[in-house]
Amino acid sequence: MADLILHRNLSDPDGVYADLLAAHEGLSKDESDALTARLVLILVNHIGSRDVLNAALHAAGQSAKAPG
Amino acid sequence: MTKIFDIPLYPYTRHADQDRDQDTPARYPVVIVGAGPVGLAAAIDLASRDVPVVVLDDNDRVSFGSRAICFAKRTLEVLDRLGCGSATKMGVTWNTGRVFHGEGEVYGFNLLEEDDHKHPAFVNLQQYHVEHIMVQRAQELMAQGAPLQIRGRNRVETIGTHDDHVRLNIATPEGDYELHADWLIACDGANSPTRRMMGLDFVGRVFEDNFLIADVVMQADFPTERWFWFDPPFNKGQSALLHRQPDNVWRIDLQLGWDIDREAEKRPERVIPRLQAMLGPDVEFSLEWVSIYTFQCRRMEKFRHNRVIFAGDSAHQVSPFGARGANSGIQDADNLAWKLAAVVQGHAPEALLDSYDFERVYAADENILHSTRATEFITPKSETSRLFRDAALALAERHDFARPLVNSGRLSTPSAYEDSWLTAADPDGLPDMCRPGAPMPDAPVPDGWLLDQTGGDFCLLWVNGAAPPPLPKTAVPVRVLHIDPATAPVLAKRYLGDAPRAAYLLRPDQHIAARWTAPETAPLTAALSRALSQSEVAHG
Repeated sequence: MADLILHRNLSDPDGVYADLLAAHEGLSKDESDALTARLVLILVNHIGSRDVLNAALHAAGQSAKAPG
Repeated sequence: MTKIFDIPLYPYTRHADQDRDQDTPARYPVVIVGAGPVGLAAAIDLASRDVPVVVLDDNDRVSFGSRAICFAKRTLEVLDRLGCGSATKMGVTWNTGRVFHGEGEVYGFNLLEEDDHKHPAFVNLQQYHVEHIMVQRAQELMAQGAPLQIRGRNRVETIGTHDDHVRLNIATPEGDYELHADWLIACDGANSPTRRMMGLDFVGRVFEDNFLIADVVMQADFPTERWFWFDPPFNKGQSALLHRQPDNVWRIDLQLGWDIDREAEKRPERVIPRLQAMLGPDVEFSLEWVSIYTFQCRRMEKFRHNRVIFAGDSAHQVSPFGARGANSGIQDADNLAWKLAAVVQGHAPEALLDSYDFERVYAADENILHSTRATEFITPKSETSRLFRDAALALAERHDFARPLVNSGRLSTPSAYEDSWLTAADPDGLPDMCRPGAPMPDAPVPDGWLLDQTGGDFCLLWVNGAAPPPLPKTAVPVRVLHIDPATAPVLAKRYLGDAPRAAYLLRPDQHIAARWTAPETAPLTAALSRALSQSEVAHG
């Protein structure tokens, strides 16, 4: 099974980032949150591995900023 | 019209035990408290095994009101083994479900049942019908001389526990009397007086919610399907479930939330507009029963307390989604009865009863896990939980991948006791569905159905073109079922896979204890000894 990819994996990072933001253009906060949730579920299914998801959740958690 | 739940089926009659001297009360091997489906299943099973059993109930008729309605395949198989197989024919079979969110339908699904089983995946049947079938079966056994009694309007007032027996003080319409039992099975429901009298409690109160449960009689052309609503317009922010039962009775569950005035919600002026909004303005209906059902997901820490054993709702409770209450309770009884019979009859040590505790606590935890997950999906506990729930529902309408994420209750399936010390190690090369610990799957055989051949005994299922060798003498009878795989292709597929032959040791509750591709006598004897908890293995 593939490991979680945490090295550079995008050939056009600026373009991808812009696409992500463009999809939220003009949406309210609630609509934006809902879009993000749908996107997460689609990507989770695409990954198709509970282990990789858990590695990703762990990595995401590690990078949380302390409140304040 | 008089309904079955209005008729005393086992009315109070004075028993000679009530006239005995106070110092020499009658003593029975097994007393069961509660004549619901769990208590009756245990009683019928034990009496069929010649274990004298007395069932005490503070009522004298089947339960009324909104109870269990959805009986799963494994439960129907257990009922059939007990001689109550008519439940399957009486029930309504369904295999389509629909999920709605807000105003619209999200998707429909088919249960996609595996063919070639005697019983369907589910039938819907009012609990009072199931209890009635079971009471009739018990009475039939009594007429045949089985050592079984059901004593109506016998309420247990106090319980005294001792090392080798239990003392019961019982109130009747004609005063109190005392009874002693070697073993007591408490099947007295979620509010179990036995549990309370023994000062025992639950661990892990996970969740609590209230539901308006209505059984509605109507001539409606709703199809025979399970309809589930998330956040419907007629019950904003909550859920709803519609299910068909026999006799034009429909079950409606409306979630109410946890902070409600239960008495107010039960009043007809509150209930009828709710139901009318759900069913549509033109549908005429009458209420058979309305109640508020409060559930919690929780279990007792241990189901066996020396001589007192808890089964069904008295031991564990789950949410109504997934039909895990009555189903798991009857499966408790299925697990317990043969073990208690073996202990009472001196074929097995008391340690066998600890395996009931181990296996059914495991099953309860599995049910509570499923129930808790469904509850989280149906009633998200945080903003984020709701966000993902709504995302899954939104995606499910268009994308098949999201449908398995939608959780309106995962319907009851039996547990496999893989980690139980009664279960032998698994050899390679045989199909996973028949692994040791799993319930044996049914299949057609030349004489009918495989499960019908087991007769509640230990069985050696010999799937082999060649005849089995003579078996050694064993402590308990072992019935040999010889099936030539050439004559039973479905069975061969389920039990052999690609292997040319196999032998299975089946427990009396139709769970698989051990299996071999090259069976010999020695491992059979060892596996039987293990399945009776006779071997010196560490457990607990």
